[in-house]
Amino acid sequence: MNPMSTTDTSTQSPEAAAVPSPGSARARSARKAGQGHRRLLTRRDRLTLGLMAGLPTILHVALVWVTALASIALAFTTWDGIGFDAIKWVGLHNFTELFTNNPQFWPAVEHNVIWFVALILVPTPLGLFLAVQLDKKIRFSRAYQTAFFLPVVVSFAVIGFVWQLVYNPDTGLINSLIGANEPGRYIDWIGDPDLNLWAVLIAASWRHTGYMMILYLAGLKSVDPSLREASALDGANEWQTFRNVIFPTLRPTNTIVLVVTIIEALRAFDLVFVFNKGAEGTELLSILVTNNIIGESSRIGYGSAIAVVLLVISLVVIIPYLVATFRKERRA
Amino acid sequence: MHHSSLGQPMPAPGTSRRTLLRGIGGAAALGAGIPLLGACGGGSGGTAADPKTVTLGSNASDAVPKKAFAEIYAAFAKKSGVKVDVNTKDHNTFQEQINSYLQGTPDDVFHWFAGYRMQFFAAKGLATPIDDVWKTIGGNFPEAMKALSKGEDGKYYFVPLYTYPWALFYRKSVFQEKGYEVPTTWDQFVTLCKQMKKDGLVPIAFGDKDAWPALGTFDQINFRTNGYDFHVELMAGKASWTDAKVRKAFDHWTEILPYHQEGAVGRTWQDAAQTLVSKKAGMYLLGTFVGQQFTNQADLEDLDFFAFPEIDPAYGQDTVEAPTDGYMLSKSPKNHEGAVKLLEFLGTPEAEEIYLKADPNVVAASTKADTSSYTPLQKKAYEMISGAQHLTQYMDRDSRPDFTSTVMQPALQKFIRDPKGVDSLLSSIERQKKTIFAS
Repeated sequence: MNPMSTTDTSTQSPEAAAVPSPGSARARSARKAGQGHRRLLTRRDRLTLGLMAGLPTILHVALVWVTALASIALAFTTWDGIGFDAIKWVGLHNFTELFTNNPQFWPAVEHNVIWFVALILVPTPLGLFLAVQLDKKIRFSRAYQTAFFLPVVVSFAVIGFVWQLVYNPDTGLINSLIGANEPGRYIDWIGDPDLNLWAVLIAASWRHTGYMMILYLAGLKSVDPSLREASALDGANEWQTFRNVIFPTLRPTNTIVLVVTIIEALRAFDLVFVFNKGAEGTELLSILVTNNIIGESSRIGYGSAIAVVLLVISLVVIIPYLVATFRKERRA
Repeated sequence: MHHSSLGQPMPAPGTSRRTLLRGIGGAAALGAGIPLLGACGGGSGGTAADPKTVTLGSNASDAVPKKAFAEIYAAFAKKSGVKVDVNTKDHNTFQEQINSYLQGTPDDVFHWFAGYRMQFFAAKGLATPIDDVWKTIGGNFPEAMKALSKGEDGKYYFVPLYTYPWALFYRKSVFQEKGYEVPTTWDQFVTLCKQMKKDGLVPIAFGDKDAWPALGTFDQINFRTNGYDFHVELMAGKASWTDAKVRKAFDHWTEILPYHQEGAVGRTWQDAAQTLVSKKAGMYLLGTFVGQQFTNQADLEDLDFFAFPEIDPAYGQDTVEAPTDGYMLSKSPKNHEGAVKLLEFLGTPEAEEIYLKADPNVVAASTKADTSSYTPLQKKAYEMISGAQHLTQYMDRDSRPDFTSTVMQPALQKFIRDPKGVDSLLSSIERQKKTIFAS
């Protein structure tokens, strides 16, 4: 795409946006504003607008679309990353290899799913619970809020490092406290594949709870107080008020929570990578992608194939959500 | 980008463009700005070579080696009048970016490892042969080092600087106190393990959280069981992992696995080393860098090691695993003449001695280097390496790095936890190996 054409399309875009669906008052006023705007546009404005819209467009296309499409194309090749003549077309070979021969692939898919389910089942209700308690304007509410939200501010890499110290089999907090750091009584939180995923999930939930709490707290603040009043007048107790009045009004928040949690589950990476580099029991798709692509003599085609699987999963989840959202907007 | 020079003045525009191009190269390696990579190659021609400067890419990001290397280059500058412009990157970053680094505008000379990892880049045409350098320095090195420095085409590509052996480390005081003797055969070794366990020690300290230490255990058991030649074939992807010989090596491992420290997959090598420091463990299979964990001088003096015991008398203890670090010449060095001079200097005992003063855990690659200042451990390491008939470089240097990191590391972690599943594990390794080595 050359810069000229980008400039052209983007200068036209305010007009395009202003094309009204006849009848709606909002659209009519938008059209008026659009026309007024166009008369005022000087050459310089057009240039500025073009740059402001064009540059991000170019960056977006280059960094998101071109890379995503290149990655999809590379998924059907083998390439060690050295010279373009080394790219060899192999069709679906990477995928058959992945689905049938890679002992880490299916566990990774499973762990990503477990990650999502666990986040929805434990920290999300817990975050909601905390938000409801904090919403009652109890004393030191701000202090609690800060304490619960603090893990969200800390980066995942740091969380991974801290929890790894807690779980260390020899010198870690847990094993030292329960005396499991002696030969014969070891509990290997980090290495044992029956334990390590749950150990990491506790760390992830610790952070996710705070995140969910803030989202729900924001949602609760926007609940109309008259609703509570009305339900109190009707004689509903606290639980009934929450279940039948408050929770239904939190619907938009729930949607956001669901999307955020799905994203968290699919992009889970840093915590595990720092924790145990995705050893058996904690394999994740994102870690498989990294292990195959980053590093010397990389398997870029194969890694891209895993990335494409991850992309497809994301699309399967996101597309229905987007369709539903757009449909709702159109109705409104 | 992790670009830090040691402060030598350098024309600013050149620096920034190089850094930028290198960044682009990195992005391209991730499958990103593909059309941009072509520009990378073209960009290198512009900078005029300064005959008085050689650029050098270094992975020595730790303070101690960084300073030691700087002293070598200072000595070289004094001798030849050619300045070395060092570009130091974080050790792991350097390794991870090596592909794009070598394809972009690499420095004239760069740090690298001997073995398959060197031959790979040589075969890809990303390094320049240095037979001319070896005409000068050839006499400084033993045959085994010469073999390590050659590419698959028989030309020299590598100048070794230092090396260190892998062996079984133990505390002299512990062996003395309990009356243990250094085992030289497999049976003695197993008996010793049993005795240590009875005495309440962890016979073999073990930590495989970083996934590479187990590769070293396999190497030792495999070349003792099946010999150097088979080991090399296996590493090169030629021999089959489902071969009965490999199974035999794993059987030997299974036999001593109960004497390894429990919970190894969750333990770092540093934590495992601490059990040897605190005399809770009897032995520990690692490289001489285990000495770094012995911060108390008295403990360090108490540390000793012996070669992995003989398993098959046909091979004895003839192979030593001795990873070797050194230098290579990049594909189109700007100052070829100066770079050759530098490499010739790096291949002298003088350069090696300067480095060894700073890092007492390794030994010089050259047999001509002065050994009088060596510690007893260094002397022993030196004897072990110079007496070896074959030198190996460690699995991740002797084989394809993608194979070892994506297949072998997880597979061996699995084996450590569940040695009974070895057969299905080996056939899975063989299937994955075929795909990787075919590409």
